[in-house]
Amino acid sequence: MLKARKVSSVELARAVLERISAVEDKVKAYVTIVGESALEAANAVDEKIARGEEISPLAGIPTAIKDNMCTAGVLTTCSSKILYNYIPPYSATVVKRLIDSGAVVIGKTNLDEFAMGSSTENSAFFATRNPWNLSKVPGGSSGGSAAAVSADEAILALGSDTGGSIRQPASFCGIVGMKPTYGRVSRYGLVAFASSLDQIGPMTKDVTDTAILLNAICGKDPLDSTSVDLPVPDFTKALRNDVKGLKIGVPKEFFAQGVRSEIADAVMKGVELLCSLGADFRELSMPIMEYTLPTYYILAPAEASSNLARYDGVRYGYRSEHSPDVLTMFAKTRQEGFGAEVKQRIMIGTYVLSAGYYDAYYLKAQKVRTLVRQAYDEAFKEFDVLISPTSPTVAFGIGEKVDDPLEMKLADVCTIPINLAGIPAISVPCGFSEGLPIGMQIMGRPFDEETILRVAYTFEQNTEYHTKKPLL
Amino acid sequence: MTIEYEPVIGLEVHAELLTESKMFCNCPNAFAGEPNSRTCPVCLGLPGSLPVANKKAVEFVIRTALALNCEVSNYSIFHRKNYFYPDLVKNYQISQYDYPIGRRGHIDITVNGVTKRIRIRRVHLEEDTGKLIHAGGNESFVDYNRSGVPLMEIVSEADIHSAEEAREYLVRLRAILTYLGVSDAKMEEGHMRCEPNISVRPKGTEMLGTRTELKNLNSFRAVYRGVDYEIKRQIEVLKEGGKIVHETRRWDDEQGITTVMRGKEYEQEYRYFPEPDLVPMYFSPEFIEEQRRALPELPDQKKSRFMEEFGLPAYDAEILTDTREMAEYFEETVKMFPEPKTVSNWIMGDFTRMLNAAGIEIQESKVKPSDLATLLKMISDGTISGKIAKTVFEEMFATGKSPKEIVQARGMTQITGEEELIPVIDRVLDENPDVVAKIKGGDQKPMGFLVGQVMKYTQGRANPQLVNKLLAQRLSER
Repeated sequence: MLKARKVSSVELARAVLERISAVEDKVKAYVTIVGESALEAANAVDEKIARGEEISPLAGIPTAIKDNMCTAGVLTTCSSKILYNYIPPYSATVVKRLIDSGAVVIGKTNLDEFAMGSSTENSAFFATRNPWNLSKVPGGSSGGSAAAVSADEAILALGSDTGGSIRQPASFCGIVGMKPTYGRVSRYGLVAFASSLDQIGPMTKDVTDTAILLNAICGKDPLDSTSVDLPVPDFTKALRNDVKGLKIGVPKEFFAQGVRSEIADAVMKGVELLCSLGADFRELSMPIMEYTLPTYYILAPAEASSNLARYDGVRYGYRSEHSPDVLTMFAKTRQEGFGAEVKQRIMIGTYVLSAGYYDAYYLKAQKVRTLVRQAYDEAFKEFDVLISPTSPTVAFGIGEKVDDPLEMKLADVCTIPINLAGIPAISVPCGFSEGLPIGMQIMGRPFDEETILRVAYTFEQNTEYHTKKPLL
Repeated sequence: MTIEYEPVIGLEVHAELLTESKMFCNCPNAFAGEPNSRTCPVCLGLPGSLPVANKKAVEFVIRTALALNCEVSNYSIFHRKNYFYPDLVKNYQISQYDYPIGRRGHIDITVNGVTKRIRIRRVHLEEDTGKLIHAGGNESFVDYNRSGVPLMEIVSEADIHSAEEAREYLVRLRAILTYLGVSDAKMEEGHMRCEPNISVRPKGTEMLGTRTELKNLNSFRAVYRGVDYEIKRQIEVLKEGGKIVHETRRWDDEQGITTVMRGKEYEQEYRYFPEPDLVPMYFSPEFIEEQRRALPELPDQKKSRFMEEFGLPAYDAEILTDTREMAEYFEETVKMFPEPKTVSNWIMGDFTRMLNAAGIEIQESKVKPSDLATLLKMISDGTISGKIAKTVFEEMFATGKSPKEIVQARGMTQITGEEELIPVIDRVLDENPDVVAKIKGGDQKPMGFLVGQVMKYTQGRANPQLVNKLLAQRLSER
């Protein structure tokens, strides 16, 4: 559209900014909006087009960034009081890659503080609302990014996914969200929650946009030693309306643990549709999945307790005033700067890493993690993809689960195993319940994002859920 | 009956590595400089930054481990050591825990002619912290230039049993590190830091006593004195029926005592766990072999070679190989003046004394090996006397001038001509008739006095053999 000059980049950026002024009061997706610099960037793209220069498919596209990815010169708060004033001097590798591709950064989106949560209610600033129903949560922790894309406040967005934080809000907001294989996308500049689980990924209106965005952000980064040095295919080439002969596995454990029947039905209908298009499916059992939630809630807090130790008021961010000595300053800064959910996880993490409990918790959890990975390896010997619900429920009401932390954590029960195993997975819209979107999760072999995209694309081409828009 | 006590000492040594960049980022690794001028998001631990291990530092530690006769693991990982401190940017230090790069090695040391083996428990890699600067009053500043500098930690077993052994172990260790070129190991600049763990126990028993840890040692001498003091202090406490407290003590070099720094009733809880931001390291046997082949000749090998090739006594060979620079200096000089023992005597004697007085290392001195060789040649061919040579050398040391230049300018060449000496000898004999009479009477003792007089009048330039010969001649003629 931009190449054909039907719309200029500046017009597109303006349109998105106007949409933001119209609906942001209701949705509250953004922590920071950088309208001026967005228009400048858009203008630069238009000038390039005018000069007849080659532009990338992302050039001029208004993009939102979850506020836990560093943007040089722009606030990066992690929706935490402790970083309320933090302006990083450098940009995350993904942000750099987007800017190099000419993408127009619109702003930074709201999240659960330090990406801990499943509803974006844990933001220290304000809760984001689900564009489909403003009394519902958008999911979390990338709820701001999901809501922004869903409400047309951005064309594309980046989220981060530690236990489902891209897929679950994508599912709640009726958009496409993907967690690539661990190591596919550089984490450099992503403010760490749990390093071995965190992964940046695209949140878009459809599968094609996901492939385009993925093309821009994947690849080895010398600044991240856990990023993998593998060739990055052109993911748009995987977008084929064809699933003939593909073997789909449906693990029954993903349909237990509180998955609502209307959700199970919608997902199974989706599987049947794929089978009618030439795929085969069979149910399978992955008993280890029963242990993934407790395993996750040992490993993620353990890493978080260490990753979040740097917020001490010495060098940047919030600092508690009037402490008699440095230790008190550390303690008061952290006491005043962190929210309840973050504190709880830091304490759990500190506990499970401490000398007397390390073997019983952390080490045991690592062993379970290996078993989870093995269970997937085993499954993928037989199946090309596995399909499950993304979330056991549709978006719940704001405040509804705030007082029930376990219930809240169950919102990620279908997504967490993927992070433990490090494999890729995508969530695509597959139905509605009470006017709220349902998400279907497609999981794939490590570094085989292409097959997932192909299945998702085929599903999308043969359904219309992704074309539905919330009325705002 | 009095109980005899035996000290048991283990040393933890930290050495800064001589890599060009820091451990986990590309900031230059250098000493001093404008505070916080060598920092980046990684070594400042800014949110979102990630470490990437410095390959050179890893190679350096592998080489050190090999030189210390350690086993090098084929698998190694980094851990996080969690604790809060304002100079620690991430509030955890990336270090190694149960998979160090090297373990189970040893160094042989010789003290009072006895050679013994000190076992090395582990050699591992970690990052340095920043530095606190207390400005007085309520203000403190932090300089993060040192943050992320690669540090190697070498931990010995508690095989050391005296202050002499502790010092000797450090001297040998420093020699190995400087030979390898992995660290310049200067204690005064904090590039090599040592923390001895000291306990004492009744001689003949196996149980370890309660230990104290010594900090703030910034020279070999301080290590010797600190350890020695602490041993004596502990023995005294025990003899008086007291108990040793597990604590960290500071060495006060001025007063020559140790004082309590902090108690250690509770072991610090570091909550070690594998660093998830760094990938595990696998070392193939080929890679380790490659590192082994890259090892230079090490002090012990050099010492043996010096004894064999140059016929030097063990004592000389050991001292000359203390530092690679001194050994190289010696070898270069011998190339130009092939009398190893003479060269050794000069280096170990006056030269070392002057180096110590000036507080510099041999490679920093203004005297080039070629100049020393020239000086020695001038002695051996009789151009100057050994005594004059000392004066010449002093000037060489002070000014860096060549010996020929000095001798020429000051007219110091040896007087070897009889015609020049005879008038001087006659004058001395004329001036000392009583001495002459004594000698004539059969007492040979005052001969030395006469020689001295001649030397005085010639300002030491006279060839002593010639003076003796001519004196005898002229006396017999009287």
